[in-house]
Amino acid sequence: MREILGDIDRWRTQNKRIAVARVVDIEGSGPRDPGAAMAVSEDGEVCGSVSGGCVEGAVVAEALEILKSNSPGRLVKFGYSDDEAFAVGLTCGGTVHLFIQPLTW
Amino acid sequence: MIYSALADRIRNNKPVVLLTVIDGPNTGATLLVAPDQEKIETLGSLGDSELDRVASRDALGELEAGRTSVRNYGPSGQVTPEDLQDTPIVRVFVESFSPPPQMIIFGAVDFTAALARVAKVLGYYVVVCDAREVFATKRRFPMADEVLVTWPTPVLAERGPNLGARDAICILTHDPKFDVPAIQGALATSVGYIGVMGSRKTHAKRLERLAEVGITEPKDLARLMSPIGLDIGSRTPEETAISICAEIIGKRVGRTVPSLANSEGPIHR
Repeated sequence: MREILGDIDRWRTQNKRIAVARVVDIEGSGPRDPGAAMAVSEDGEVCGSVSGGCVEGAVVAEALEILKSNSPGRLVKFGYSDDEAFAVGLTCGGTVHLFIQPLTW
Repeated sequence: MIYSALADRIRNNKPVVLLTVIDGPNTGATLLVAPDQEKIETLGSLGDSELDRVASRDALGELEAGRTSVRNYGPSGQVTPEDLQDTPIVRVFVESFSPPPQMIIFGAVDFTAALARVAKVLGYYVVVCDAREVFATKRRFPMADEVLVTWPTPVLAERGPNLGARDAICILTHDPKFDVPAIQGALATSVGYIGVMGSRKTHAKRLERLAEVGITEPKDLARLMSPIGLDIGSRTPEETAISICAEIIGKRVGRTVPSLANSEGPIHR
């Protein structure tokens, strides 16, 4: 979170809506520990990361969808052979659980 | 409002925990718990005052341990398996923000600048200390959070009690006048890593001087990582800094790594 505060502050002063995605749990091998965070502004700017670059693209899409639908936030899971959510996963074979929510607090 | 308070505390290196309902009733609800010396400040709510109370108490324990985890409760903070039967489960993400670990480096030499840089990359709060005014300057160590012109004894007397398993002391002076009190002071703390620079010959001589001041306990001497760093054949100050930081990581997670302190033969081959 520490490393993305600067960008979030900048977006907040520009009155942009922001979604924050955080790793909340990992099963098996995962590149980033719980607490790893990234943020997405309503116009698609991105800061931070939640994996080694494997799932960030899909997280941006999900974050923008959450901002658009006024969702209070939801859990999203990415795994290697996880065909339910997205056609992306971690090449290391682990599963990462993210909570993505609008920064309304 | 919660975000501003969170950002403020993270930036000022003050401990804080952020609780977020990630599943169940009130998903997205947020509670910030910020302990200060006398009182505990809270901001926001997870949707139920009893849940807030129970989860805050757990969160302070997690913060103390520097842990981030997911915990399950009932909607009113129920925790026992019996109480959780037939109730919806509230899953709460408890994210701890502890102050950064500290690295105190004794000796203002070239290796110090490289080590301070690498330590900053790893997120350490870096303090450089040397008694020589001409060397211990902020201009030489702009990356350090603090540069102190003083002797090891007062620094460790003051800050030692706050050092713990995540923190590190690196003694790079090579100078017995400085080394011996720095090691004495370091051994009196519960710091997780004590690295002391110098060749095997230097360290052997140092052990004699330590014995003269009464430091002979094998369990104390075993805490001293000397020669400092992993046996990766590093030569430059920057490479040495990497080998020191890698040794610190290995020691913290309890891995057996090829430390120079546990091997024999020349350091540079």
